[in-house]
Amino acid sequence: MTLFIRLALLFAFSFGAGSLAAQERSSLLPDIPAASGEPHAEGNEYWRRNHMDLMKHDRDSTLRDGDREIAASLKGCFDCHAAKDDAGQVVTYESEQHFCRACHDYVAVKVDCFMCHRSTPDGVDEHALQAAILPKKPLDSTDVQGVIAYLNQTESKPTEAGE
Amino acid sequence: MKIPTLKGADISRRDFLRSGAAVATATLAPGVTLMAFGGSEAHAAADADKRWGLLIDANKCDADCDACVSACSKENGWAGEGNPETDPQWIRKITMQNTSTGREVTMPMMCQHCEEPPCVDVCPTGASFKRVDGIVLVDKHTCIGCRYCMMACPFDARSFVHEPVINQKSHAPRGQGTVESCTLCVHRIDKGGRPACVEACEATGHEAIIFGDLRDPESDISKRLAQYPSVALRPDLDLNPGVRYTNL
Repeated sequence: MTLFIRLALLFAFSFGAGSLAAQERSSLLPDIPAASGEPHAEGNEYWRRNHMDLMKHDRDSTLRDGDREIAASLKGCFDCHAAKDDAGQVVTYESEQHFCRACHDYVAVKVDCFMCHRSTPDGVDEHALQAAILPKKPLDSTDVQGVIAYLNQTESKPTEAGE
Repeated sequence: MKIPTLKGADISRRDFLRSGAAVATATLAPGVTLMAFGGSEAHAAADADKRWGLLIDANKCDADCDACVSACSKENGWAGEGNPETDPQWIRKITMQNTSTGREVTMPMMCQHCEEPPCVDVCPTGASFKRVDGIVLVDKHTCIGCRYCMMACPFDARSFVHEPVINQKSHAPRGQGTVESCTLCVHRIDKGGRPACVEACEATGHEAIIFGDLRDPESDISKRLAQYPSVALRPDLDLNPGVRYTNL
């Protein structure tokens, strides 16, 4: 076993740091961040296939009928699926490490949920997390160059601006 | 004469399909869908037998107080950025002066939760809607940001979100490109609570805003409406708003 790890390390270093990450991957499928809490009773496959329908059904129940005790809500997702970065900080949807982006980036499906919904559990300060990513507004409206730069940045949504 | 017959046939077919679907659900459900969907009808908090409303006493409203506005802002996570043209305004304080007597009154102004809401009439996507308990809301999932509702509203109660938003409250999602307005703190009402502005006003001791069920003759708000004179804003439009004012 030790020999195997040594060989693997030797192999990895011989290709330089750039290929190190590639060597660590066990498959071509996305790396899904680990969750906390109890696993889904219906199984992960069921939720991977049906989560959008379940959430869409329940969002209408909540908004239109006032049903607040629903089974599938974004808020409920983040009770267990609040992914953290290497520093242990909860990440927003701006980060590639966000739980939803693991698969959605992989299949190139863009979700609009987080234009309106927060992408972290309640109590997390998203402003602090995203201060560096969101475009900064010019302080003075007579600063024409500043306003143009700001408009160019906001033309694309913050998600793209952050990449 | 044929139309009712067709309609009846259609309904019975629909009922038949529905009953078939129910059986299918019942046989398929155990262990699978029952957990995901079960009982959601029973929990629905929007009650058609209620009509939520506010009664605002302009005499009790202090011109120097904006507790209701700041409470709303804090509760629902919206804030102005010093740009009155684009800042969100779920609730605002307005001052009116009688030009002949000089008497000034101030009062909070928000979505009037009309029984016949013009914003719902004009919405091209059905995003602007009225719950069965009379609360007028925007379904941001279907709002395309056309702002017809803002033009239709006689009370200027709605605002448009111009900038990207983050750090929203989980109970009050709001985002760029959609219209928003006072929700009567629907997330609180669904849990048996009262709107944030009402509690904040009470905490200052003014008690200028009263919340309650307009359909319940025993509620505090209904009793006061029955006892004292009150007005609906823009009564000429016959919108029957859920927000009423006294001592204007």
